[in-house]
Amino acid sequence: MHATSDAVAPPPSAASGAGDRRSEVLLGIRLSGPAGLGLFPLGVAFGMLVVQAGLPGWAAPLLSVVVFAGSVELLLVGLIAAATPLAAVAVTVLLVNFRHVFYAFGFPLHVVRSRAARIYSMGALIDEAYAIAAAHPRGWTAPRLLAMQVSLHLYWVLGGVAGVGVAGLLPAPVEGLEFALTALFTVLALDAARTRRHLPLVLAAAAAVGVALLVAPGGLLVTSFLVFVGVLVVAHAAAARGARLPLPEPDPATDPAPVLGAAGPVESRSQDADRGRRTG
Amino acid sequence: MTAPVDPGHVVAAAVVAGAVTFTLRAAPFALLRPLRESALAARLAVWMPAGVLAILAIVMLLEAAALSPGASVDGPRVACALVATALTVLVHVLGSRRTLLSIGAGTLAYVLLVNLVL
Repeated sequence: MHATSDAVAPPPSAASGAGDRRSEVLLGIRLSGPAGLGLFPLGVAFGMLVVQAGLPGWAAPLLSVVVFAGSVELLLVGLIAAATPLAAVAVTVLLVNFRHVFYAFGFPLHVVRSRAARIYSMGALIDEAYAIAAAHPRGWTAPRLLAMQVSLHLYWVLGGVAGVGVAGLLPAPVEGLEFALTALFTVLALDAARTRRHLPLVLAAAAAVGVALLVAPGGLLVTSFLVFVGVLVVAHAAAARGARLPLPEPDPATDPAPVLGAAGPVESRSQDADRGRRTG
Repeated sequence: MTAPVDPGHVVAAAVVAGAVTFTLRAAPFALLRPLRESALAARLAVWMPAGVLAILAIVMLLEAAALSPGASVDGPRVACALVATALTVLVHVLGSRRTLLSIGAGTLAYVLLVNLVL
């Protein structure tokens, strides 16, 4: 446990006044908002797909509560409708969701103390939750993190239920709404790459997708992540031998536990507030 | 696809998929604990977010543009996605990084382009 040495997270006993907790929860909900703009419509599309595939309506909230993984759930609809054996379901989910093993690097789970809450936080670590944590590297507290994740979960579940509800009313969902997720990740990538030193990372990421398109177009996301992480490991080996790379360095002032992000010169308003508390 | 679906299979599939997903998400935290002090973990934590988010954005862009494997390249749709992405970036950089505004503008542009132009 390194949370005690983490200046970002105050010990729960020190600053868990009801007012503090309330404002942290509200901030977590606010941070989840933009992702909800993408998750809710996608959930509606998922719910409609469930009904169109001939699955019972309750399958949408069941899958969304228990699995909580958008792309896998969309796949599962087809698999279940085709009565796919459970072993094949397990392998498919393993391949599609394999990218999640990379998210443990840097996700601020260490601010969460309660065992049950930690289990929930790990289980609800979807792309969007990682993305929001990555785009706002500082100042996470347990109430803020959990409120953000529970909000994302709610947008997704309620979207699915709404989709089941409207499935019989609309001929087809509004085409193109799914672009909200593309726009979300674009914006979050812009926020994460705040300094010129982040540019090589973005270029390496783009190159990794290019390689993945050539090598394994069927597993685009996982292959891209593997290639990108491979490049980073090589870069680490070079840095460990004293090579001076044009990349952001870990901030020695922060916790040795991977608290996300190097502080760039430009940060959003909420992070400035966090920095004030950090130094104060 | 209106053949009756076995409710037991739905529940079993949900449980299996949920268990696999949870294991993938939780196991690395346990495996990571001894790695926490390592310089590699520290560097990855700083280097990964920008790249991982860029990969997610690019792959989502390819998917939105239906450029996924197997699908034939749909030129006009790719153009729509690129225009909407460029608009998202512009609004975000020029509009003092208000996330909701940028996403709303990009999504609205894509919906209008796909429905009215294509």
